[in-house]
Amino acid sequence: MADDSFFTIHNLSISFGGLLAVDNVGFDVSPGSIFSIIGPNGAGKTTIFNCISGLYSPDSGKIIFQGKNIIGLKPHKIARKGIARTFQNIELFSRMTTMENLMLGRHIHMKTGIWSGATFYRRGSKAAQEEIKHRERVENIIDLLDLQAARNQFVGGLPYGTQKLIELGRALALEPKILLLDEPSAGMNSEEKQDLIFWIKDIQDELGVTILLIEHDMKLIMDISDRILAINFGKPITEGTPAEIQKHPEVLKAYLGED
Amino acid sequence: MFFQLLVSGFSFGSLYALVALAMVIIYKTSEVPNFGQGEMAMLSTFVAYTLLVTHNNSFVLSFVGSLFFAAILGVFLEFVFLRRAKDPNILSLILITLGFQMILYGLASWKWGAEQRDLPFPVSDFDVINLGPAVLSYLNIATLLITLVLMLILFLFFKYTKVGIAMKATQQNAMAARINGIRTNRILSITWAMSSVIGAVAGILLAPIATLDPNLMLEPLLKGFSAAVLGGMTTLVGAALGGYILGIIENLFGGYVSLEFKSIVAFGIIVLVLCFKPSGLFAKHYVRKV
Repeated sequence: MADDSFFTIHNLSISFGGLLAVDNVGFDVSPGSIFSIIGPNGAGKTTIFNCISGLYSPDSGKIIFQGKNIIGLKPHKIARKGIARTFQNIELFSRMTTMENLMLGRHIHMKTGIWSGATFYRRGSKAAQEEIKHRERVENIIDLLDLQAARNQFVGGLPYGTQKLIELGRALALEPKILLLDEPSAGMNSEEKQDLIFWIKDIQDELGVTILLIEHDMKLIMDISDRILAINFGKPITEGTPAEIQKHPEVLKAYLGED
Repeated sequence: MFFQLLVSGFSFGSLYALVALAMVIIYKTSEVPNFGQGEMAMLSTFVAYTLLVTHNNSFVLSFVGSLFFAAILGVFLEFVFLRRAKDPNILSLILITLGFQMILYGLASWKWGAEQRDLPFPVSDFDVINLGPAVLSYLNIATLLITLVLMLILFLFFKYTKVGIAMKATQQNAMAARINGIRTNRILSITWAMSSVIGAVAGILLAPIATLDPNLMLEPLLKGFSAAVLGGMTTLVGAALGGYILGIIENLFGGYVSLEFKSIVAFGIIVLVLCFKPSGLFAKHYVRKV
């Protein structure tokens, strides 16, 4: 099936030993938009992300990215296509500095071979120039996310909110076309959340990155989403704009209980 | 005499350091101490012997050929056996490496027999130079130089190359490495190849001092393992230093206390380290978050 959509999921299903974690979920994300997935704990939101980034292989369905089905590709291949993500429980290289973590986000763009990499001390060499280019990119991200103070610190010992930002920074360093954010505001105070909203908006507007977002903070979701998909027990309930979602009876039921 | 013991301890220590490095490189990526390491090195040394003596090739060609064999052997074992393990835990992986040890030992005994051989080495163990109060054989010097060059290469590799840094990343968080575009399976293969090559270098440097038979690496492996535990199983620099320290302590003990019990020192040191600093002398202790 020829498909010229930017990013579309068709009939995605995956089960774990009898438990249907994601059941026939499908949606379409238009380029440059912010698309959010909401739902109670255990609804299957993170499982959808894991299918997109290749960590799980779904039982059925299609994930079309730029006209090609990406199901069955290994995670590193999917990263190379320009899909970056963050995790709910931060996954950083904890014994490296912030700078090194972000530089690892540049991995897919690095072309220097083993020999020139090991001998790049010569100024003006191709390897040195590449290194400078990558470092400039990373410095820009550090400036963007206000991470200067953490630049040369080992990330393992930094505050939770900072670690979340570093993970976001690392995902940006990959220069993604699509960015998957799994509960980026979890564990942040309200001030940090305000900053986060600005940054996500910046990423969308200035970098032109399409964003898929999982969040529990309804205010944040309603503020920044273009479209929202609500799911419960792995099944889609409804999809619409923030205003539509807020009024939808099934969503209210899933969140507030019946009556 | 002290200086002499020190210098020759240093030379022996560099062999332990190589074995320790080989073990630590694998341990860091997969938390598996590879007990097949010694036999992998022994087999590679036999390959060097066959190329050199049986097929009359030049030493350089045999040396390079056996390192090539070692790399392939490492990749082969990892790919064919370890990667097939379903939902492996560390213990079962360790058992697989013990399996390698026995299979490779049997293979070498069957192919080359238990007879003791001599690996002709182009650098003599009998010609010496005087170094103040001590003497060093040319072979000692070659061993030291080769080890130092190898360590320099490893240092540059891990510090500056894309693959080396990807390896470090995989060690710290494999999942994060994967979603950042690193092929972690490939990294694991490279790890085994590197480790196997380093072990083979140790085997070939050791063979002219010891005798080449299937037992060649039995004791050096245990010593190298002790050295790695002493320095810290998670740090390359620590493991190398551990090798030198062990070589020197062992030699001093042999010279001043008792030659018969020289080999025991290594195991005494393991016990002491495990009692007082289980993570090793040079490893920073990281508590794993669960």
